[in-house]
Amino acid sequence: MKIFLKLTFLFVIISSLISSRAIAAGEQQELLKVDWSFKSFFGKFDRASLQRGYQVYTEVCASCHSLKHLSYRNLAEKGGPEFTELEAKAIASNFEVTDGPNSDGEMFERPAKLSDKFVMPYANVQEAIAANGGAYPPDMSVLVKARKGGANYIYSVLMGYDEPPADMELDDGVYYNKYMYGNKIKMSSPLDDDIVEYADGTKATVDQMAKDVTTFLQWTAEPHLETRHKLGFRVIIYLSVLTILVYFSMKKIWSRIETEV
Amino acid sequence: MSDHEYTPKSKVGKWFNDRLPLLTLANHLTDYPTPKNLNYWWTFGGILTFCLITQIITGIVLGMHYVAHADLAFQSVEHIMRDVNYGWLIRYVHANGASMFFLAVYIHIFRSLYYGSYKSPREVIWIIGMLIYFLMMATAFMGYVLPWGQMSFWGATVITNLFSAIPLVGESITNWLWGGYSVDNPTLTRFFSLHYLFPFLILGLVVLHIWALHVPGNNNPIGIDIKKPSKDTVPFHPYIVIKDAFALLIFLLIFAFFVFFSPNILGHADNYIEANPLVTPAHIVPEWYLLPFYAILRSVPDKLLGVIAMFAAIFVLVILPWLDTSKVRSTVFRPIYKQFYWFLVADVLILGYVGAMPAEGLYLLIARVATAYYFAHFLIILPFLGLKEKTTPLPLSITEPILGGSADMAMARNNSDFKEKL
Repeated sequence: MKIFLKLTFLFVIISSLISSRAIAAGEQQELLKVDWSFKSFFGKFDRASLQRGYQVYTEVCASCHSLKHLSYRNLAEKGGPEFTELEAKAIASNFEVTDGPNSDGEMFERPAKLSDKFVMPYANVQEAIAANGGAYPPDMSVLVKARKGGANYIYSVLMGYDEPPADMELDDGVYYNKYMYGNKIKMSSPLDDDIVEYADGTKATVDQMAKDVTTFLQWTAEPHLETRHKLGFRVIIYLSVLTILVYFSMKKIWSRIETEV
Repeated sequence: MSDHEYTPKSKVGKWFNDRLPLLTLANHLTDYPTPKNLNYWWTFGGILTFCLITQIITGIVLGMHYVAHADLAFQSVEHIMRDVNYGWLIRYVHANGASMFFLAVYIHIFRSLYYGSYKSPREVIWIIGMLIYFLMMATAFMGYVLPWGQMSFWGATVITNLFSAIPLVGESITNWLWGGYSVDNPTLTRFFSLHYLFPFLILGLVVLHIWALHVPGNNNPIGIDIKKPSKDTVPFHPYIVIKDAFALLIFLLIFAFFVFFSPNILGHADNYIEANPLVTPAHIVPEWYLLPFYAILRSVPDKLLGVIAMFAAIFVLVILPWLDTSKVRSTVFRPIYKQFYWFLVADVLILGYVGAMPAEGLYLLIARVATAYYFAHFLIILPFLGLKEKTTPLPLSITEPILGGSADMAMARNNSDFKEKL
């Protein structure tokens, strides 16, 4: 029994450290909370939502935001949107990449293959900044992990466009957002109802698209999330069983002497 | 280790053992008489050894895929997370392993503080332990720089800049550490090199730490000297081995929970943004295990004095065996020290908390009071308390208070706390 008390003490210390971190961030406004399918202990991605999210990304975000750590093959991999290999190949072939040099020493253009990285909308950071009024549209590969609040934060920002308060003056090309740090954002509201047309017939409301694209971005940030949860569950079970076995072995061994263990 | 007679049974064994007494060593380790009343706080030595080995093994694998270059480091970490087989697992074990390592080392240190394990004749064990702790902090700090995220870069900038506070040569030293005029590629490559080296220094010190431990033997919850081997001891194997294994498994359950279900909770979101020398993050915060020292550093208004205070906070621990004047080891028999001990625990937790907060207003005031108390505990309270405090009577052996005995023994027995600790 005593060990459980001690473990509780340990947990109190850990959780107090974690909560002190949370307060340290100084949340300005309570983020919108969504009951994501990937959050829980057995959390998995909603496959259809991932595919829709990919569509929102390509049709809306991809004109400014890169996804440079991903390859087209990832789209067909297990635990992701799981497009078929043919579909993923078709997606890749829509993009042109520079390859080479060939045997004549020339660089040449060719359609992208599964093994290629996602083609970036701008050649470099400077071009991206110049094209976006001085603000760099961040790469989205790990964006969910790079923001406090994660998926809820991304979703909240997408939903957070609103009229600025009366006392706030905004420069040209700056927009008000309830959840953005400092409440100012240089990206205009990217989503409007029916801005994309979903192939599966889902109604493309702003809320639906925001959820789908956030789910997609959670996957791009954590492509192995499903494997992690699955393996984690097995590891915990294995360790628990082993712990119980070792506990009783210990009791048995220590019963040879009168001291309690 | 000295009075150990052991002859291997087999001929080959004897032949080998005469030339290199490894079997004698193995026999010493299995038979090693250990106090039988060690509680679970004593299992953290084994847990820490496990942590070190885990960090070294996962680190070596990560090193096969990581690229120490300012332009490629961030990308190579993403490559590990995405494309390397189980790379995500190895990296999350390594990253969370650092936190678990520190969690265990703090428990280990505070156990030593509670039961007076640093006192004669175990001062050298303690000092080696403090060296290990210091190297651990340096290693962890440099490891945090390697992913080359925003916190990596700015953390490195803040910490290396501390050396510029040294009068006259400060700037030269800082430039020398950087290998240039700011934190850049040369800084990253040398940090990688040292981050790979230090764990092996730690491993060497761990061997010395254990060697030094095996000379006087373990301290124990009642802190008295015991005869070895005797009724008060059990052989290390199987008694302590199985108990350590059980505790390690509980520890692993917590560890696994972090790795598989919230692998990023102990890290900082900003470190998933690639390092950018032109953009400073809103708050530059070190990892949680360095926060108390960060709070001490920032609580002093003068930069140089702040740095001195921070290093003094560690140094004061090194000389602790001579600051604590009490002859009684275990806090169980020191009613007044026991209260101060818990004050210290609270003080360090408070320091950790304010270390995560912006250094302003009330937080700064709390940090200053807590810093002052930290030093007061070691430099004023401990030396005087040891001379003044009236301790409760010590039992003569571990078994005796249980079997009953003199009046003193009965008193010890009635001390409820003593019973609980046993």
